[in-house]
Parts: sequence; structure tokens; C-alpha cells
Amino acid sequence: MKILVTVKRVIDYNVQVRVKADNSGVEKENVKMSMNPPDENAVEEALRIKEAGKADEIIILSIGEEKCQETIRTALAMGADRGILIKATDDVEPLSVSKLISKIVETEKPGLILMGKQAIDDDSNQTAQMTSALLNWPQATFASKIDIEENTAIVTREIDEGLERVKVKMPFIASCDLRLNEPRYASLPNIMKAKKKPIDIKSAEELGVDIKPRIENIKISEPPTRQKGVMVADVAELVQKLKYEAKVI
Amino acid sequence: MSILILAEHNNLEVKSSTLNTISAASKVGSEIDILVIGSDIENIAKEIANYQHVSKVISLDDKNFEHAIAEKIDPVIVSIADKYSHIFAPATTFGKNVMPRVAVKLDVAQISDVINIESEDTFIRPIYAGNALATVKSNDDKKVITVRPTSFDVVAKDGGSGIVEFINFESSETFTEFLDREESKSDRPELSTARIVVSGGRGLQSAENFKLINNIADKLNAAIGASRAAVDAGYVSNDYQVGQTGKVVVPDLYIAVGISGAIQHLAGMKESKIIVAINKDEEAPIFNIADYGLCADLFEALPKLSSELDKLNSIEK
Ligand SMILES: Cc1cc2nc3c(=O)[nH]c(=O)nc-3n(C[C@H](O)[C@H](O)[C@H](O)COP(=O)(O)OP(=O)(O)OC[C@H]3O[C@@H](n4cnc5c(N)ncnc54)[C@H](O)[C@@H]3O)c2cc1C
Ligand SMILES: Nc1ncnc2c1ncn2[C@@H]1O[C@H](COP(=O)(O)O)[C@@H](O)[C@H]1O
Repeated sequence: MKILVTVKRVIDYNVQVRVKADNSGVEKENVKMSMNPPDENAVEEALRIKEAGKADEIIILSIGEEKCQETIRTALAMGADRGILIKATDDVEPLSVSKLISKIVETEKPGLILMGKQAIDDDSNQTAQMTSALLNWPQATFASKIDIEENTAIVTREIDEGLERVKVKMPFIASCDLRLNEPRYASLPNIMKAKKKPIDIKSAEELGVDIKPRIENIKISEPPTRQKGVMVADVAELVQKLKYEAKVI
Repeated sequence: MSILILAEHNNLEVKSSTLNTISAASKVGSEIDILVIGSDIENIAKEIANYQHVSKVISLDDKNFEHAIAEKIDPVIVSIADKYSHIFAPATTFGKNVMPRVAVKLDVAQISDVINIESEDTFIRPIYAGNALATVKSNDDKKVITVRPTSFDVVAKDGGSGIVEFINFESSETFTEFLDREESKSDRPELSTARIVVSGGRGLQSAENFKLINNIADKLNAAIGASRAAVDAGYVSNDYQVGQTGKVVVPDLYIAVGISGAIQHLAGMKESKIIVAINKDEEAPIFNIADYGLCADLFEALPKLSSELDKLNSIEK
């Protein structure tokens, strides 16, 4: 079985994101970029499934600028086998991303697709669900445990009420939560090896997918900032303030 | 403008997220139909028909739809989507699971987690964990939208006079089977709608110590929240998590105890009316957004807080 894993290149989660003065977007110049965090969990899960003898090849797919190859290389250094980059701008909408993924699925025919539950830049939380609907494959979103059996899998999903378990037939799509596993670090020899692993480069036109955006960004603005409040000396003062000043208790 | 809303419920009760979503949709137009899908939901359908702004309830009451399996729900919506210009659902794990499927089948881009409605095609949504707000205009002919419940009021549960229409739907085969659910049961207010939330972080150090938080929550009739670090460490279950990848809360009072204030946590609570932070590190970023900061060891502060609250309660009695 082949596993397809999608990885998005995003501003690193430790960076304090700044809105551009002209409200056209956020500052991306000279900003540290990394793999979208839950995508690391998706890569790690694929590696574990392969190590358990349940898969024989892991393909990494990223859609975006040339530099996404670095993100693909990171996944290859963790242990994935080969990569595919679909060259595009860095703001392809989930709708188009899901169409591109579906195209790749037609030719690669994976038995499982692992994705992140949410990209931490656009916070859309859409792409896995859309891809599932396009392919008519079962979806197991917000996965914190995946047990692959013969032709099915049992997936634990994190939902607002707690946990839910579903049984899905293979092939299926899972969107991974950060609690699914602890992603490994790439070892130096593996980083060296990854440099020789192949990355196939494609374009949206070649795949016949129209990626024209449907949503127009009118403006990107700074959220209202909160005033820093006061420090209280002790618990008694805190309770007094909450009772008589803020009147919330 | 005709609007369809996918209602969230658990076959017994309507979730308050449905009331917030109706209120959001009413900013776009006044023709609002509510789709209720479930099993044994007669009472729920009738209840919703009385809600403010509701014109019609479309009820699909079928044992086959008892568990909210996204793959079964989206075809129902798509089958009636023709009549609507806007389709709304709450941005809860329920709505997030279903709506992108509807959007892609209608070939439109979904607008996720809307916090403000500017016009019928222009919406505001947070990006980058709320570090920026995007004003976006949809150029699709149909709008598929999830709304952040806490950003909108709830509608009144009466005053409406909607009719209830019953529909049937023949599902095609799905390859996803519901097995079971592990829901946290508690007598406390629900986290996403509570007036007061007391949250604990890694500073609590253990599940055992986390009971200090429970104690304060009991005295304030508050819901309990947690940081991702506290959930990851197993102090409490995942449904307590507040933040970018957890729940968003907007209580009158949010008390953060032993939480450093990472942006991913702030994404879920920084709109709270009053924020209190208790942390022993005076440099902790949480103090930058707190209305009242107390730099103290929580293991001393929480027992004191507990007895101060007792004093207050006894004065009132
Ligand atoms: C993609 C992504 C998504 C994320 N989503 C979320 C999310 O939804 N929600 C979330 O919360 N986090 C989220 N995180 C994690 C986030 O980045 C932080 O790691 C997390 O919020 C830290 O939790 P904490 O504040 O409890 O722990 P820490 O950062 O370790 O802070 C513990 C605090 O407790 C204080 N403390 C320790 N002992 C005491 C004591 N005795 N008395 C008083 N104070 C004490 C310390 O001074 C410290 O400030 C996410 C991260 C990523 C990468
Ligand atoms: N441009 C992209 N390239 C590769 N994967 C992507 C891209 N956009 C989204 N994804 C995948 O879809 C997941 C969810 O993204 P989103 O729906 O944008 O929140 C991410 O965690 C990725 O796994």
C-alpha cells in the first residue's frame, strides 16, 4: 500500500505574525517557515504504519511555491520515500488544493491519505473533508488514534463533546490532530539521504485544474489589542476587584 | 436571500451553537430555514420552529441518521441547496466536519469561522490564530459558511412561528460506521457558553493537582478549561482544551492558572470580558492581556482564593 501525505509550508508557529502596514496581507519576508505542525504528525503516522509492515511507500505532496521543496525534504528526511510538488502561488484555496490532491490520487492510487486537521496560517480546516467528498472515500477527521486492520481502520476522533470512534473502510482519508503521535526528528544521515530522494515537479495547468481564487481578500487587519491591566498584591485584593470593580463574581 | 442552516443537536437537545448561527444568518436575510437531521427528533424540530427568525424547519427524522456521520449528511444538504443563496452551520467539530463536503460538491469555496458579517457576500474571519483578521468577499454564487458561535448572540427561543416540513432521504452506501462516543459528563456549565471559566495549564503538574481548579470552579459555578499542554499531559480530557485547535470561549470572566499565554492559547480566550492570570513567572506573556494579574505560586494562591470565595459567599447569605 502507498500512503499519500500532504504537507503545507507555513509561517513557523513560534513567529509573532505581523500584519503589513498596507493591509494587503501578513509579513512573510525574512520570516521563518516550517511544515504545518499537524502535517508533521501525518508524516510520523505514515512512517509508523510503514514500519509496522502495513505500507510500502510514503509519498509527500505539497502545493505552493518552489520553496515548498524544503518542506518536502523535511518529510523525506524523517523517512518518507519521495515527493511531489505542484507549483503554484502560496495562497491556493482549500477547494483547489483538494482538486489537485484528487488528481494525484488518480495516478498514484494510494490506499490511505493522511493530512493535517488545520493549516495554522489560514485556519480553514476544510481540505481533508473536501478531498474525501471529491474522492468519495470515508473521512476520519481530527484523528488522535489510527488502528489499521485488514481492510478497515478504527479511528478515534477528537470532537467538542469528547472522543468518538469510527470504523472506516480502506481507502480512507484521515486529518491528524497534534495528539496523534510525537513526530520524530530527522537524523543527520537521514537528512543526507533525503537530498537524493526524488521530487517530481508538476503544475496545476498540466493537471487540468483551475485554481483561480474564489475569495477576494479585501483587507487583512490587526485585531483590536487588549490593554494590559493591573497587577494585584494578593488574593484578597483580587477578589475585591472582581467583586466591586469588575463586578463579575 | 434565502438561507439554510444546519442545526446542531444531540437528538435530545438543541445545541446553543444553533441559536448563535441563526443570529448570524439573520444579518444576511430574513428567509431562514433550518435543516434538522437525526433520529427521534420530533421535539427538537418543534422547538426550533418557535425560535426567533425561523421561517421553516425541514426535519429528516430517520434511525439511519442517529449519529452525525458527515458522509451521510452532506448529500441531504446538497439535494436541497438549489433553493438557497447561503448555507450556514456552526464552526464546531460537527459543522467543520460536514460543511467543506457541501462546499466542494457545490464547487464553491467555504468561508470558515466567520466572526462578523459585513454584507451578504463579505465576512470577517480570524487567521493566524487570531493574529490577523481577514475581510473576505466571496465571488461564488452560493455562500457556504461556518460561523464562530461565540461571536454572535443567541436568538430568543420563542416568538417565531415556523412550520415543520418532514422529508425522507434515501442514503447511498457509506463506508464509515459509528462505533461509540466517550463524552465527559459533568454538572458544570458547558465550556463554550459558560459565564465564568477557570482554566489550568502545565503549572498544575498533575491530574491530582488539577482538582484545585475544580474546587474554584465549583465555588464560582464556572466551567473548566485547560491549555493544550495540560490536556497532552493527561490532566484532563481533550474537550477541555481552549485555543486555536481547541474551543473558543468568551466568558465574562476567564481565570488562567499556571498557563504561560502562548498565542495558540490566547486564540481561544482573548475576547473574554475580564481576564485574570495567576502565574509565578512575572514575565509570563499571559500578564500582557490580563486585566488582573497575580504573580504568585498557584499552590498557595488557589487555597487562599477558595477561602476568600467562601467568605464572600457567607457574607451574601
Ligand atoms: C499548531 C499548534 C496548535 C496549538 N493549539 C493550542 C491550543 O488550542 N490551546 C493551547 O492551550 N495550546 C495550543 N498549542 C500549544 C501552545 O503553543 C503552548 O505550548 C501551550 O499553550 C502551553 O501550555 P501551558 O501554558 O499550560 O504550559 P507552559 O507554556 O509550560 O506554561 C506553564 C506556566 O505555568 C507557570 N507555572 C508553573 N508552576 C507554577 C506554579 N506553581 N504557580 C504558578 N504558575 C506556575 C509557568 O510560569 C508557566 O508560565 C498549540 C501549539 C501548536 C504548535
Ligand atoms: N497548499 C497545500 N499543500 C499541501 N497540503 C495542503 C495545502 N493546503 C492544505 N493542505 C493540507 O490540508 C490540511 C488542512 O488545511 P486547511 O484546510 O487549509 O486548514 C493541511 O494540514 C495540509 O495537510
